[in-house]
Amino acid sequence: MKPGVAVIGGGPAGIGAALSAARAGLAVTLFDEQPGAGGQVYRPLPAPFAADSGPDAEVGRRLRAELAASSVDARFARKVWFVGPAADGYEVRAVGPEGAETLTAPRLIAATGTTERIVPFPGWTTPGVMGLAATTIMLKAQHLLPGANVVVAGVGPLLAAVAVGILKQGGRVAAVVDLAGVGEWAAAMPAMAARGDLLARGIGWVAQIKRAGVPMLARHAVVAVDGGDRVTAVHVAPVDASGRPSGPSRTIAADSLAIGHGLIPATEIPRILGAAVEYDAARGGWITRADAYGATTVPGLYVAGDGAGIAGAAAALEGGRLAGLAAARDAGVLPADRFAAESAPLLAASRRAARFGGAMARMMAIRPGLVAAIAHDTVVCRCEDVTRGEIDEAIGAGARDVNQLKSWTRCGMGPCQARICGDVVGELIAPAVGGRLAAGISTARPPLRPLPYHALAGTFAYDELNLPAPAPS
Amino acid sequence: MTGFDALIVGGGVMGATTALRLAQGGMRVAVIEKRALGTGASGVNAGTLSLQIKRAALVPYAIKGIERWRSTHERLGIDVHYRRTGGLTLAFTAAEAEVLTARMTERKAAGVPLEFVTTARAREIEPGLSANPVLASFCAEDGYASSTLTGRAYREALLKAGVAIHEGAPVTAIERGGGFRVVTPRGTFVGRRLVLAGGAWLAALGRMIGVEFPISVRVNTVSVTTRMPMAIHRIVGHAFGLLTLKQSDNGTMLIGGGWQGRGDPERGAVEVIPDNVIGNLRLALHAVPALASARVVRTWLGLEANVPDAMPLVGPVPGVDDAFVIGCVRGGYTIGPFMGELLADTVLGREPEMPIFDPARFNSLQPQKLSA
Ligand SMILES: Cc1cc2nc3c(=O)[nH]c(=O)nc-3n(C[C@H](O)[C@H](O)[C@H](O)COP(=O)(O)OP(=O)(O)OC[C@H]3O[C@@H](n4cnc5c(N)ncnc54)[C@H](O)[C@@H]3O)c2cc1C
Repeated sequence: MKPGVAVIGGGPAGIGAALSAARAGLAVTLFDEQPGAGGQVYRPLPAPFAADSGPDAEVGRRLRAELAASSVDARFARKVWFVGPAADGYEVRAVGPEGAETLTAPRLIAATGTTERIVPFPGWTTPGVMGLAATTIMLKAQHLLPGANVVVAGVGPLLAAVAVGILKQGGRVAAVVDLAGVGEWAAAMPAMAARGDLLARGIGWVAQIKRAGVPMLARHAVVAVDGGDRVTAVHVAPVDASGRPSGPSRTIAADSLAIGHGLIPATEIPRILGAAVEYDAARGGWITRADAYGATTVPGLYVAGDGAGIAGAAAALEGGRLAGLAAARDAGVLPADRFAAESAPLLAASRRAARFGGAMARMMAIRPGLVAAIAHDTVVCRCEDVTRGEIDEAIGAGARDVNQLKSWTRCGMGPCQARICGDVVGELIAPAVGGRLAAGISTARPPLRPLPYHALAGTFAYDELNLPAPAPS
Repeated sequence: MTGFDALIVGGGVMGATTALRLAQGGMRVAVIEKRALGTGASGVNAGTLSLQIKRAALVPYAIKGIERWRSTHERLGIDVHYRRTGGLTLAFTAAEAEVLTARMTERKAAGVPLEFVTTARAREIEPGLSANPVLASFCAEDGYASSTLTGRAYREALLKAGVAIHEGAPVTAIERGGGFRVVTPRGTFVGRRLVLAGGAWLAALGRMIGVEFPISVRVNTVSVTTRMPMAIHRIVGHAFGLLTLKQSDNGTMLIGGGWQGRGDPERGAVEVIPDNVIGNLRLALHAVPALASARVVRTWLGLEANVPDAMPLVGPVPGVDDAFVIGCVRGGYTIGPFMGELLADTVLGREPEMPIFDPARFNSLQPQKLSA
């Protein structure tokens, strides 16, 4: 059977999309780089609002079961490295346990989630410093603690989730350091009330943290980490609403730091395929332009989940289902009336969930003062070891956008291909060129993930290479 | 009409080096660039500076071009990480050896200081090579530069020379009458002479002054790996010109060779063709087995212009007084700095050091004669 839609990403958005498209009658192939079928679903989720137990675990179990029972061809442990237009839709290339795979599908749904943002500070590359999302994976999947005495810092709902996760596994949390102020949380409450269940859970977490006697520092940031081979201390200071340090720092003894400054939507696939993107700091930064159902500006290409703008796991699931329905409608297997009937309740639910997620996303938006405060000698691009000072120097010498900055300094040229540093670099150059739009976004190119050379080259006989004819001499 | 003595449209290696020479010759010059200096082919090319892979007719020019790159730092105070590594060109089959022998014999006669070497000798020269080659040629003059630094370097040099730089200024129309008025969203620039140095976008620029350059566009692919232990110290190529391989000082491997992607001047270089990337990688792996342990981090594309005879388009635009064109140079990064000098000397009314490549050789570029 010729596939009707390829779904890339097996988080809640991707699974929601795959299930609803399959149910509507499309042949669906789903790719994800995580190993176990469905096993990752509600595990790490760079999706922010998932928890390790309770309602999320339940949703996760249900989705896994539905996926297993569905007609979806779910291919896990596949690194999708290439997407491109094909005569009859899209070509997807992946490398999996059995080698290279190629698939063409008339439609494509990108549900590739997010990367965690970390705004650099002195010592951020010290062993023992890790992202909040990575810490969540560690806690949930491996039941490991990041250290014996952990500072949990940054912004957003993962802060409390990670702190509680550490406490539950018997770890010690030295402090929770929150960029947001008490007032910001208060202001977010009405929107968060759109998902009373999630709000209640969050309040429960905070109560647990307080009961454990963990100091919670609102409107504070980590300004430095000490330690060579391993974190020995974390320096924190009060900040203003923009994240700029506004007072003297103090030292907290700790052997590790879990930190995250928000989430950056992954937009590489839509950008490679030529979809329009726009900049909206309150939704994570650069996001793919899409309608309420996830249809992008490119025919047959849909986006869903946090990759389409940070809105949280709950909204991602509904958003995915909507994208799956839209693909089915556009493929002609779902009549307009059925599409309308099935999408209406999903749309309503996704809007409720997105109100909650949107409030969190606004709180997690990049804080310009925090970026502006990055010190001259601090490494911004850790793959290529490029400092703030070198970036400023290139801006002074006339670099006008992130791609030029990359050419001039190598910043973003390493294995992460600017996925980690690109957002901060855009923020650094923005004031000099008139904003983030002018600063641009690093051009997306394949492979979508660094790939082992042999996985691409495979085995071959030289005489079967079919070399093109030589150019004229 | 007052204004600049010369307006250069396009800030790649061709436009920048022409502008520099004109400024040094006493002219008031502006470079008008759609995006930013060195963001076209000149900033994304593989950076190979090789005499061996040049057409015989272009060898004397390439020798001068490499001389220019070699002395860039001293002459202009700018750095593009030029390295003289020496280069090996490989043949893996008897048929390829035949092509290699024929081409390199011709190029040697044209002045390339190269020698043919056996597989064993090639592997002494470059221990990172596989045992697969059956024949190789070696030229000690070959090397590379980091093309990503082109824009930054020439920006500095142009500013020092007093050239006005207007970036983010796509030229949308060119009006004539006692000179040229070049229209961009950033303003209209006025100049007595016009130099079109728009690379792959030359055809559109030509139409703005009523000429049809017979240009086709190629979309070249380059890939790069993560840093790996030093495995090769020479640049490595293939008899058919389908491979350029080098390892930068930082350990990354750069793999090119003109394998094609898809794109055009309007959309840009947009679509990687995966089978072509794989072909390119396989050819490189066949030459240097250590690549197997690398990881590929990025494959990108760039646009390059060609004319039917695959020779440069460098000289006055037929039928349009005071308008000049420079582009379509195969291996143009290598030769570019010298081509810029030749064209600038022509514009300055001096005798160029070597013959230019008169666009009037194409019938389609002779509207006057046709209508006469
Ligand atoms: C991928 C690739 C690999 C290559 N590898 C090598 C190599 O290893 N060695 C080698 O010697 N050569 C190589 N080449 C060839 C070489 O890069 C080119 O010949 C050379 O850079 C061309 O220089 P240029 O200045 O003519 O063009 P470009 O560098 O493309 O400059 C043209 C400029 O004109 C600007 N422009 C266009 N239209 C307008 C407009 N309307 N208004 C204003 N500005 C405009 C563009 O933005 C661009 O900056 C390679 C080419 C490519 C594409």
